[in-house]
Amino acid sequence: MILVVDLCRKAESLSKYEFIDPIAGIVSRAGSEHEVVHFSELTAELIERAEGIILCGTALKDNLYARRIDLFSWIDGIKKPLLAICAGMQVVAAVFGGEIVPQTKIGLERIEIVRETPLLGPPREIEGYHLHNFGVTLPPGFEIVAGRPGQIEAFKHAGRPIYGIIFHPEVRNRWVVERFCGLNQS
Amino acid sequence: MLGVLFSGGKDSVYACKRAMDKESVACLITIVSDNPDSYMFHTPNVRRADLIAEAMGLPQLTWPTAGEEEAELSNLRDAVAAAADEYGIEGVVTGAIESVYQAARIQRICRELDLWCFNPLWQIDQLEYLKLLVSEGFLVIITGVFAYPLDESWVGARIDDRLIEKLEVLQNKYGINPSGEGGEIETFVLDGPIFRKRIDILKATKTYENYRGRLTIEEARLVDK
Repeated sequence: MILVVDLCRKAESLSKYEFIDPIAGIVSRAGSEHEVVHFSELTAELIERAEGIILCGTALKDNLYARRIDLFSWIDGIKKPLLAICAGMQVVAAVFGGEIVPQTKIGLERIEIVRETPLLGPPREIEGYHLHNFGVTLPPGFEIVAGRPGQIEAFKHAGRPIYGIIFHPEVRNRWVVERFCGLNQS
Repeated sequence: MLGVLFSGGKDSVYACKRAMDKESVACLITIVSDNPDSYMFHTPNVRRADLIAEAMGLPQLTWPTAGEEEAELSNLRDAVAAAADEYGIEGVVTGAIESVYQAARIQRICRELDLWCFNPLWQIDQLEYLKLLVSEGFLVIITGVFAYPLDESWVGARIDDRLIEKLEVLQNKYGINPSGEGGEIETFVLDGPIFRKRIDILKATKTYENYRGRLTIEEARLVDK
């Protein structure tokens, strides 16, 4: 089961249609079972039961998650595959000692993949949809997978399958979520 | 309190329905473009969107635009700012499904005005969405076709299960977007669960030539449900 975590400011919000349902739909069409849960309702049992976890993005003005990093301390010890999208990437950065920094990007932009990983594949350029007011600094123990310092597009924990991407894969890059589902199966 | 960007087509009506399910909708914002090939705004029958607003019992703010590509954005920004002033909206709702062009521009306008932006149909499976419209009781007619191989029979047709099956075939064979977001199809909504009254078309004119056709609503009335 893939656990799809809703990071929007409240459960069952209007933003859920936009930031959670499209990701859950990709997971479902990839043939993986999934459960959706709001970050305020996460339980140790759900996290334990999940084979992989996806932290979804939020609306541009929705930054409540950044004030509730305490609710995400479980990520520090996670060993299973985790894909953190946009707001989720910011949470992962903060949990591991990086910083959430002002950085606005809206729309399609080129993304340079600089390091080969099981999730994003070999180095090359892709185009991705951005919708964020904040980016991240690289936390200790992580490697830049796409972009560069100051404009990190994707990172990975050096020793664990924990990935962060700042772009929204539901737009033109559904393959990223599909490959993540594949990581869980393997 | 939210304002819904509203053309009278199915996407803006259904986005409004989803917004009403979760939040309060203060007004509908309709941009009336003089350009029939507007990049941003649905144009056929948009002048009749006032009927739908009245049928739904929601105030409507209409705003003109000459429909030139980038000037449209400035007009849209002014309209949204006016809605914020007049109705106190804190956010904007759109019916964008796949269009990054539309979505990114509206996101930038909302950010500039410090407003929330909601796209509750974003990336929705288009055939599933059409089925949802029908099963939830929306009466949607096709008021414009603009792509091969859509013939005259499509103009004025009601979206029902049989028509959705035909759209699925066209999607597979010709790459037509079933919801018409690529500009292949324009629609108008006559009734639905958020309508207090339904719309009865009394007189309409159909034009069709070379896979481009329109149904222009000349006269219509509201009928008690």
